[in-house]
Amino acid sequence: MIATIRLWIADKLPAWIFLAGLLSIWQLIVVQGWVAPYLLPSPLQIFDTTLEMWPDIFAATLSTAQSILWGLGLSLIIGVSSALLFFSIPIARRAILPFCIFFQTVPIIAIAPLLVIWFGYGQPTVNASAFIVSLFPILANTLTGLQETDPQLKELFRLYKPSRWQLVFKLQIPSAIPYIITGIKISAGLAVVGAIVGEFIAGGGLGSLIDAARTQQRVDLVFSGVFMSSALALSLVYTINLMTGLLFRNRPYLRKQ
Amino acid sequence: MPSIEVQQLEKSFSSDAQALFAGLSFTLDSDECLCLLGPSGCGKTTLLRLLMGLEQPSSGTIHVDPALDAKMSYVFQEPRLVPWRTCLENVLLPLELTAKNNPAARDRAVELLQKIGLSDRLEHFPDQLSGGMQMRVALARALITQPKIILLDEPFAALDERTRFHMQDLLLELKARLQLQYIFVTHSISEAVYISDRILLLDNTGAARDLRSLPFRARNQSLKLTPAFNDVVKEYSSLFSEMEDSMKKSSAAQSKQ
Repeated sequence: MIATIRLWIADKLPAWIFLAGLLSIWQLIVVQGWVAPYLLPSPLQIFDTTLEMWPDIFAATLSTAQSILWGLGLSLIIGVSSALLFFSIPIARRAILPFCIFFQTVPIIAIAPLLVIWFGYGQPTVNASAFIVSLFPILANTLTGLQETDPQLKELFRLYKPSRWQLVFKLQIPSAIPYIITGIKISAGLAVVGAIVGEFIAGGGLGSLIDAARTQQRVDLVFSGVFMSSALALSLVYTINLMTGLLFRNRPYLRKQ
Repeated sequence: MPSIEVQQLEKSFSSDAQALFAGLSFTLDSDECLCLLGPSGCGKTTLLRLLMGLEQPSSGTIHVDPALDAKMSYVFQEPRLVPWRTCLENVLLPLELTAKNNPAARDRAVELLQKIGLSDRLEHFPDQLSGGMQMRVALARALITQPKIILLDEPFAALDERTRFHMQDLLLELKARLQLQYIFVTHSISEAVYISDRILLLDNTGAARDLRSLPFRARNQSLKLTPAFNDVVKEYSSLFSEMEDSMKKSSAAQSKQ
């Protein structure tokens, strides 16, 4: 146990020391007046603002988190099902996948105004924005995972003449699980971007809070919003790690990425 | 009635490559265990795969007694264990895929794993086992379906000598107790003489020497120390060397042309 804690400290300590150093230099630069506080507020000022505005910031964070979970959840369901469909019906893959790739290349900031026209201002547009940006990594990773099933294992299964469903559920989906987990992690980061961009256009959440603070020249509040978005993304990845660890606690291979 | 009847067999993997076997014919009687012996590249594995139906012949026929067709099992050259399944689950896989998994089958799987010396590894995953242990699990998986004929592709090559001897004796025991037939690929002449009733010595010109009626009845590891056994091994070794020499001469002649 003590050895594990020592290892953990040895692993993480350099990053914490670097962060402390960075924040101290930042604080010093602002306190010494080398940079104007209205351009770069000090870390302590940002912390004070966060405490002072906490009810508003917390409500905005909660709203953004909801949109992220909606978008990511929907991406997971539709991404994995579409990948299974494309995998099972190659002609569907050839017909539809190129358009999915094309759709992925269009920046979300360009699509967001259209979403407002279709879904109106508010959370539905933000959910849709988070969904659109997070769909493709899950779809593409799942499809790759399904396609890269070990041919030797496929041959082994063939010996026992499995049904199509047995092949899918006992071989192909388990083979794809590490790829799906990687896809979810990539999509989690993107869903945060999608939700914030959606909120810039459609209102609500951290995106709206950051935008409003910008128009009021409240740089400290902008920083608060930025840090909360970053904390949201990190806690999302941490939660995904925790959940996959719990879900596959007895199957170490499926957690390997 | 023969268990397997092979007539005028040929197999080529591309139109410009020389065909393997060049009209090989043989029958396997219902009480015989056969070893396929020959230098690398002569098609031992391919012949085994053809017999199992994993490859189709380019010409000729393979007839398997219909009563035995569904009672054939196969052990690949490598263990091919499903990495996310435990030892026990790997052994039970064929029964799951053929909907024959039940508590009695589980008991049988545990018994098989005990027999091969892995009773303390039931819940271990393949990556927690040595190569030899993995191969033994693969053998148990092939035996769980209670086959009448088992095809084994160099299954003991990766095992240490003690375990290899133990596995050879296990095969002989199963043959005596369950009337199990096997076709066994090996590079070891001593192993071939010890565990088979008959040896098919293949070379890559298509010629096959059928070495029948090995003169030993009761077999145990001490047999390998007897002069009679070693005389047979020497005799077959010289046949094997002659075959390799003629192959070298013919390939040298071909390269001169």
